[in-house]
Amino acid sequence: MEGMTTPVEAEQTLGEGTSAEDKPWQTIVWNDPVNLMSYVTYVFQKLFGYSRDHATKLMLDVHHKGRAIVTSGSKEKVEGDVAKLHAAGLWATMEQA
Amino acid sequence: MKGWRRKGGRVLAGFEQQEAAVLRGLVSQVDDMLRARAEETPQDELSELTGIKTGPSEGPNDPVLSRLLPDFHKLDPDHPSQEDVDSAAALRSLHEPQVLDAKLGVAAELLNSLPPEGGNVKLTYEQADAWVSALNDVRLALGTALDVNDETPDELPEDDPRASHLGIYHWLTWVQESLVQALTE
Repeated sequence: MEGMTTPVEAEQTLGEGTSAEDKPWQTIVWNDPVNLMSYVTYVFQKLFGYSRDHATKLMLDVHHKGRAIVTSGSKEKVEGDVAKLHAAGLWATMEQA
Repeated sequence: MKGWRRKGGRVLAGFEQQEAAVLRGLVSQVDDMLRARAEETPQDELSELTGIKTGPSEGPNDPVLSRLLPDFHKLDPDHPSQEDVDSAAALRSLHEPQVLDAKLGVAAELLNSLPPEGGNVKLTYEQADAWVSALNDVRLALGTALDVNDETPDELPEDDPRASHLGIYHWLTWVQESLVQALTE
């Protein structure tokens, strides 16, 4: 995957930032009845280096609103984040902003 | 099992023989399911040449495995867009092998550090991270099989066939919660 960064960057410098390709991607975590609140907070801290307060706020958003955006960025970054969240057992998906 | 505690850079707990047997049995079952899924991985000349593994593009049919290996996009259950379906298939094929490797790795770590006869378990923080993740996979598997939801009671009537399994599920919840507390206190 390392080799794929160059063409993507080149493409971005050409466009005006308005095409669908340029919209950032978002990692969404969904509420589920099994994952513990403490564990979800721990995973956010561990995987993304978030402070306890920020991780707790995101966890509460997942719990109360049903979903939260936990990271965003390039497609490559976000798909890596989703894979890490799946490895940790969280229900995560990705979508374009 | 009286809960986890931290001591001298390690995380400790004692397991009764029966507790160790139950936990090892469940982790082994999940491990077997994941291993069988990993064997569905298509073998082709290109991946043998490059060493890059590609996974199946279709999600598992089994509800437990599909909870452990979800789609990368939220697909509309009735009318998913073809674009999303294709993209989810490509992302699964690309990333599922690494997700499976991670899950098999944490299961192996738990099985290696929990003696079949029970006794004291002493974990580094790295091993404890593997445990907390392996415990979560087992809870997801059992929770899916039992159809646990927000209304699931603490106990089911004794004549309900799921009653004893639910008891184990709640015990696993407690073991995991206690380990997260020990890691974050």
